[in-house]
Amino acid sequence: MSTKPSILPKDAAAAEGKVNVQINGTWYRFPKGTRIADACNSVGAHVPCFCYHPKLSVVGSCRMCLVEQGMPPRLAPGATPTYGEDGYQPISWMPRAIIACANTVAENMGIRTTGKLTEEARRGVLEFLLTNHPLDCPICDQAGECKLQEYTTDYGRGTHRFTENKTKKGKNLSIGPRVNLDQERCVLCRRCVRFMKEVVGEDVLGVVGRGTHNAIACYPGTRLDSNYSMNVVDLCPVGAMTSKDFRFKMRVWFLKSTPTIDVNCGTGTNINIWTREQQVYRITPRQNDEVNSCWMPDDHRLNYKFINAPERLTTPLIKTDAGAEQRPTTWDAALNVVVEQLHRMAPAETAIVASARMTNEELYMVRALARQLGITKIDVVPRKGVNDGMLVSEDRNPNTNGAKLVLGKTGNGLATIRRGVRNGSIRFVISLGEDLTSEEAGFTPEDLAGLDYLLAVHHTENATTKAADVVLPSVTFAEKYGTMINVTGRIQRLNKAIEPIGDSRSDWAIFRELSERLGCDCVRVIACPSPMMVLEEMAQEFAPMKGLTWGNIGNAGKVIIETGVTIPLIERSKAKN
Amino acid sequence: MSYIPIKRPKFSLLDKIYVVELVKGLIITFKHLALSLMGKSRGKKDFSNKGVGICMQFPEERWDARLPEYYRGAPTLVRGEDGRERCVSCQLCEFICPARAITITPGEVDPNSSCQKQEKAPAKFEIDMLRCIYCGMCQEACPEQAIFLSKEYLITLTDRKKAIRDKETLYRLGGMRKGLVNKWNQYK
Repeated sequence: MSTKPSILPKDAAAAEGKVNVQINGTWYRFPKGTRIADACNSVGAHVPCFCYHPKLSVVGSCRMCLVEQGMPPRLAPGATPTYGEDGYQPISWMPRAIIACANTVAENMGIRTTGKLTEEARRGVLEFLLTNHPLDCPICDQAGECKLQEYTTDYGRGTHRFTENKTKKGKNLSIGPRVNLDQERCVLCRRCVRFMKEVVGEDVLGVVGRGTHNAIACYPGTRLDSNYSMNVVDLCPVGAMTSKDFRFKMRVWFLKSTPTIDVNCGTGTNINIWTREQQVYRITPRQNDEVNSCWMPDDHRLNYKFINAPERLTTPLIKTDAGAEQRPTTWDAALNVVVEQLHRMAPAETAIVASARMTNEELYMVRALARQLGITKIDVVPRKGVNDGMLVSEDRNPNTNGAKLVLGKTGNGLATIRRGVRNGSIRFVISLGEDLTSEEAGFTPEDLAGLDYLLAVHHTENATTKAADVVLPSVTFAEKYGTMINVTGRIQRLNKAIEPIGDSRSDWAIFRELSERLGCDCVRVIACPSPMMVLEEMAQEFAPMKGLTWGNIGNAGKVIIETGVTIPLIERSKAKN
Repeated sequence: MSYIPIKRPKFSLLDKIYVVELVKGLIITFKHLALSLMGKSRGKKDFSNKGVGICMQFPEERWDARLPEYYRGAPTLVRGEDGRERCVSCQLCEFICPARAITITPGEVDPNSSCQKQEKAPAKFEIDMLRCIYCGMCQEACPEQAIFLSKEYLITLTDRKKAIRDKETLYRLGGMRKGLVNKWNQYK
């Protein structure tokens, strides 16, 4: 008895507000109230789940997460608990399995996620789920990332014992503008129902029919047309909810996912871009509890078509004479022409219209270029929209805080530039990553035609590039590395999912090349071989970025500025917990 | 990963000189020479019509009739007895293909057609015959019994572009095949 610890593990854990739980023979400590499923998954003992999702309420309807559970034996009146050598009470195992998602951990509890009882229970659950499953995996878009497929390889029987006809339900039903429903594939986990009710707050999905005819459907007169409707496609553990956009486009096992961020608004939703051979096929949200939880809005999700559009600029274009057509040329020739023209410009009559859609590194390079040319009239194009009370910020520029930090501009000076162009005091304009004729920028085609010189750097053909004297093709957010600072002041990383299309080059590389050819004396800027090094250069200059490196930003980002702005959906979910 | 040392055979001086093995090989050669001179060479019956008795006179004579049942030639796509194009473009053959000869662009079946239950069918299906190695993995991987290796072995091209067979060509070569399971029937 000498090896008995002086303080019992239960008292030590209670002092931390935790409980001791034995999972598959090893003792762990978890905070009180942790769900058994979360506890098991956090220590690598995987529990299969269909209906349980950490961001939604628990219903415990799929019964897939059955585990074997045991507690210390209940004491007879007057008896005192006995403790073993290790200080724990003996566990008496229950003869039936319990579900791991709806039960919480308790002191001295034992859990077994493997073993005869749990495997037999899961096999039974799966066999019932598969009685009416259509087994149309060859045509199902979920195949390859389907929980039912995965668990069937783990616990499935291989052969069917159910000889009766399968229940027929609706297939390929259009329940909304962006989502298709296949009721036969559904396992009735009701994640989609709970998501629409609890997160979106539009109660349009429900379960209709009885018994084997149970099916998900929209309530009469409603459609799944919320701007967050496509999240049910990600939530659906099987192929019941599928995206119309991604329908029959590509099997998921061919796709490579790259973690990056969304650039459609200031929230900077964390996303994965799914690509195959230079082609972007879809975008899905990536979990970040401080930015977007597990969700993203549909319009941002579907705004990727421009990446592989035929309108992409693939070679530099120059006008050799005024009034002549633009013609394609090589980078070397185009840059030489630009340098020659930039040398001739009067800095006082030149303006740079940059973009708050650029990364911090690109803005830093733009600043270096502007300083070298002696241009002081520089600003970004502001984009304001309506905050939808969920994830879409009213600031539709992804990096307004970055522009504020690096250039010290937020778009207020754009009106001055516009006035200057109209009264003739500005005759040269350098447009970087913006369409000047867009509503936000506010220039008219006549303004552009009246300029002596217009240099445009953009990834896609638009009215500005058509009017420009020289066009340098840059890349979209999917083709570059960089960092952006979102509305809450969090710096996040953009990762390259595909190589630049055609002959296009990363913006930062274009600006660096220009600075170098203009004879920049700032050796450190020119010597940067990658955006990661530019970031390190910036970390030395800007106080909020002190100590930042590409590596320590991490996939979740880092808050570097206090802005006081919050994301409504995240605030609501925090208040709920 | 553990390393398993392979035991190499130890060669004696006699083995290293190689003369013995050379003689052994020559004995086999001369045995066949003697047999053929006696008119008893292997496969004589099959090749006897041209008088030589050992070689097939290739361009005039063909393997076609003599190919074994299990012969693996060029892959083709087949139709079922109902005339349905069996491929649903699940892309498993594209995935398994070790030579990356197959390229599929999935598409949707016309909702008004008779086989709309199948929902999905290839918009494009291309096999690059310069890449194909006739391994038969595509046939093995196919969950729909849609791709079969034919007995076509003589693929002589005058143009590299013609080596890429499109969907129409593949269905034409595959034709209709009897006795296949129809998964997409009325009970589905």
